[in-house]
Amino acid sequence: MIRFAAIRLVEIAAMLVLMSFVIYALIGLMPGDPIDLMLSSDPRMTAADAARLKAVYGLDRPLLDRYLAWAGAALSGDLGYSRLFAAPVAAALPPRLGNSLLLMGSSFALAFAAALALGTAAARRPNSRLDRAVNLVCFAGVSVPTFWLALILILVFAAGLGWLPASGVAAAGGGGLGDRLRHLVLPVATLAAASVGGYTRYVRAAMREALAQDHIRTARAKGAGELRVVLHHALRSALIPIVTILALSFGGLVSGALVTETMFAYPGMGKLVFDAVMGNDYNLALAALLLATAVTMTANLMADLAYAWLDPRVSYR
Amino acid sequence: MKGPLLWLATVTLAAIVGPPLAAAFGVDPFAVDLLDRAAGPSAAHPLGTDELGRDLLVRLLEGGRVSLLVGIAAAIAAAAIGAAIGLIAGYLGGWTDRVLMRTTDAVIALPLLPLLVVLAALDLGKLGLPRTLVQSDEISLLRVTALAILVGWTTSARLMRGAALVARNRDFVRAARSLGAGVPHILRRHILPEVMGPLVVATTLGIGDIILLESVLSFLGLGVQPPLASWGSMLSNAQELIAASPQLAIYPGVMIFATVIACNLLGDALLQRFDPRAPVRG
Repeated sequence: MIRFAAIRLVEIAAMLVLMSFVIYALIGLMPGDPIDLMLSSDPRMTAADAARLKAVYGLDRPLLDRYLAWAGAALSGDLGYSRLFAAPVAAALPPRLGNSLLLMGSSFALAFAAALALGTAAARRPNSRLDRAVNLVCFAGVSVPTFWLALILILVFAAGLGWLPASGVAAAGGGGLGDRLRHLVLPVATLAAASVGGYTRYVRAAMREALAQDHIRTARAKGAGELRVVLHHALRSALIPIVTILALSFGGLVSGALVTETMFAYPGMGKLVFDAVMGNDYNLALAALLLATAVTMTANLMADLAYAWLDPRVSYR
Repeated sequence: MKGPLLWLATVTLAAIVGPPLAAAFGVDPFAVDLLDRAAGPSAAHPLGTDELGRDLLVRLLEGGRVSLLVGIAAAIAAAAIGAAIGLIAGYLGGWTDRVLMRTTDAVIALPLLPLLVVLAALDLGKLGLPRTLVQSDEISLLRVTALAILVGWTTSARLMRGAALVARNRDFVRAARSLGAGVPHILRRHILPEVMGPLVVATTLGIGDIILLESVLSFLGLGVQPPLASWGSMLSNAQELIAASPQLAIYPGVMIFATVIACNLLGDALLQRFDPRAPVRG
């Protein structure tokens, strides 16, 4: 297993290197050279100025040279300067990362808790009205476009009833904890509602299969209480696929939720990557994207290791 | 199964028949009438007008046509490509299997939306494509379809690999091999019919996924470009008038929701038909 994990880590590192080059090249293919943008917006700049600026920023060197320069600096800890934020990448990234972890973490926890409750309840009474209702809710959940759900929630709760703020992290001038929590409610609700459908389907299927096993019947025959049967016996078997999707969703913690963040003007990682890419900000975009990819791939590795650990029948030798 | 099938058939029929019918009546989905913006339902415009005065019903039908076209085309293409890769990997095994599956896993592990943003915003002119093509109206349709295929092929690849692994040990396959049948023949005539069931299910579910993907991309401004309509871009345009005319946002959203849920219900019903013991897809 150690060997398996070590090989995977090496593969992850190789993928990251490959991806960094691909993304660097792709961003170069985006419309709009930053210096040309400056040229068209500032009438006092001349073509000679543009050429000089390009030489200063190193934008006239071939792609490979620029990439290697970036890679060399990044490996020694210098992530560069973000043109978009007018700050070093190392200063611009962490606050957005924190916001994303808060948003994604809360909605993820909420969705997962709800999925466990709903999925288990539905699995315990297969084909009942509750089961069919939960199934329908799941279908609705995975079919609804997130941005539409956000729009409806904003319409009802912010514009219509005025109970909750429609955007931002806190009131202007910084609010207290209560204010920050109020700003979190709608985005978290949107994200949780969008993801609960998928999770519930998994939990329901896993629990259904677990509850149909023979050892559950034995436990019930031996007189174990329903709570113990479900939580101790059934959940243990169902845990394997559940932990797998749990780990797989960890990747989303860092990549953020672009659409939700855009709808609620929430400054998170999703919007950061979008703005950086659209704004040709190489350093920031690369740093954010590679971080998200590294976390996702590591989370996948964790999922595979957890799977092997939880299920003794599985081995990676 | 009948419910979602009926809905999908109605939407498809309306999307195909509607716009030509409307054109026959003289209603043009691209006709802007700024004096009549965001109007309510009337005799001339059964659902009202949108933010530029275009007839809302015809825009919805046009958008439906675009979304369904992209959805169905991309789903079928992605399923075909993914199935080819998965079947070859599963049947041949060995190094082919390792390489192909590692690639598939790598693509699955990439964070989806950021990469789509990068790919969707590429300036194709810099890649060397001719200017007339790059700036045409239809290019955005092609881009969205290409993107959807790029992210959609992995599901069917994994699925078909698993199915191929099972099918290659069947007796009739062994018999065909011992009679000297070549690999393409076996794949086409013996393995493919066995695996069609799950493939059809995956394709149906894929249509719903791709409609959602296209709507998100169009919403972000990276998908279907104006003047072409798409449910996603209609939603994006409706945002500024949301307080005064919420119906501009509600209609396209309901259409997306209903169509995607119909695809999912249909796919699930097909799944029950083909394999009642199958685990939930994922």
